[in-house]
Amino acid sequence: MSIYDIIFYLFATITLVSAFFVVTIRNIVYSAFFLLFTFFGVAGIYVILGADFIAMVQLIVYVGGILILILFGVMLTNKITNVQIKTGTSQIIPAAIGVGLFAGILTATLVNTPWRKIDNSPLFPTTQGLGLMLISEYGVVFELLGILLLIALIGAASLARK
Amino acid sequence: MIHIGLGHFLFVSSILFSLGIFGVVTRKNAVMVLMGIELMLNASNINFIAFAKYGNFGLQGQVMALFVIVLAAAEAAIALAIVLNIYKTFSTVNVDEIDTLKD
Repeated sequence: MSIYDIIFYLFATITLVSAFFVVTIRNIVYSAFFLLFTFFGVAGIYVILGADFIAMVQLIVYVGGILILILFGVMLTNKITNVQIKTGTSQIIPAAIGVGLFAGILTATLVNTPWRKIDNSPLFPTTQGLGLMLISEYGVVFELLGILLLIALIGAASLARK
Repeated sequence: MIHIGLGHFLFVSSILFSLGIFGVVTRKNAVMVLMGIELMLNASNINFIAFAKYGNFGLQGQVMALFVIVLAAAEAAIALAIVLNIYKTFSTVNVDEIDTLKD
């Protein structure tokens, strides 16, 4: 077993185990902190797949931005004196059966599909290529996403201020 | 000895997506539903980047993953603003108690 395989299994285990705790643990703050480990694990998987820039963006945007936003959401929507911030659950058994069936179908599909076995891309820094694509081929999409972010932030601010 | 290939990454992402769906359908707190959606978006990102490496698409999958991250950030900001408004109006964020439209 090569070091590559060991690192993959390490990050996959971190991701899946902490994601399992995110959706099952009852304390919301603990869930948010397990979500942190899930995002770290996913960033590690991106590094294994050779996407170094995406992994850094994942760490900066998800861990630095979205997770903090979610923690603010948890704190602002509960009584601050309430030490035990719990969440209720509903319909666990039908949901587990349905999700289990869904995961089984997905896994069966990906096992039975004849994927190409070759891996023709050596690992190389992707920042330059991504930057060139963002200003040439995907330039319009990039600008539209900038406008969308501006609209979303103004909308969120005006929604939350009311 | 099985070498790590595309199937391993797709398996991780499919399990992560299923866990996200499980979180969305079983949790009552609206913020927890948001966390489930983030898990599902991360699973789709793993798929994009795995196909960018093992398919013959160059960097296009990674550009799509970047766009998904931007959309996730916008979605989280908007959704938390809506959740804050719901909390101000109903004093709860449990999605099963907010059923005013049912009356």
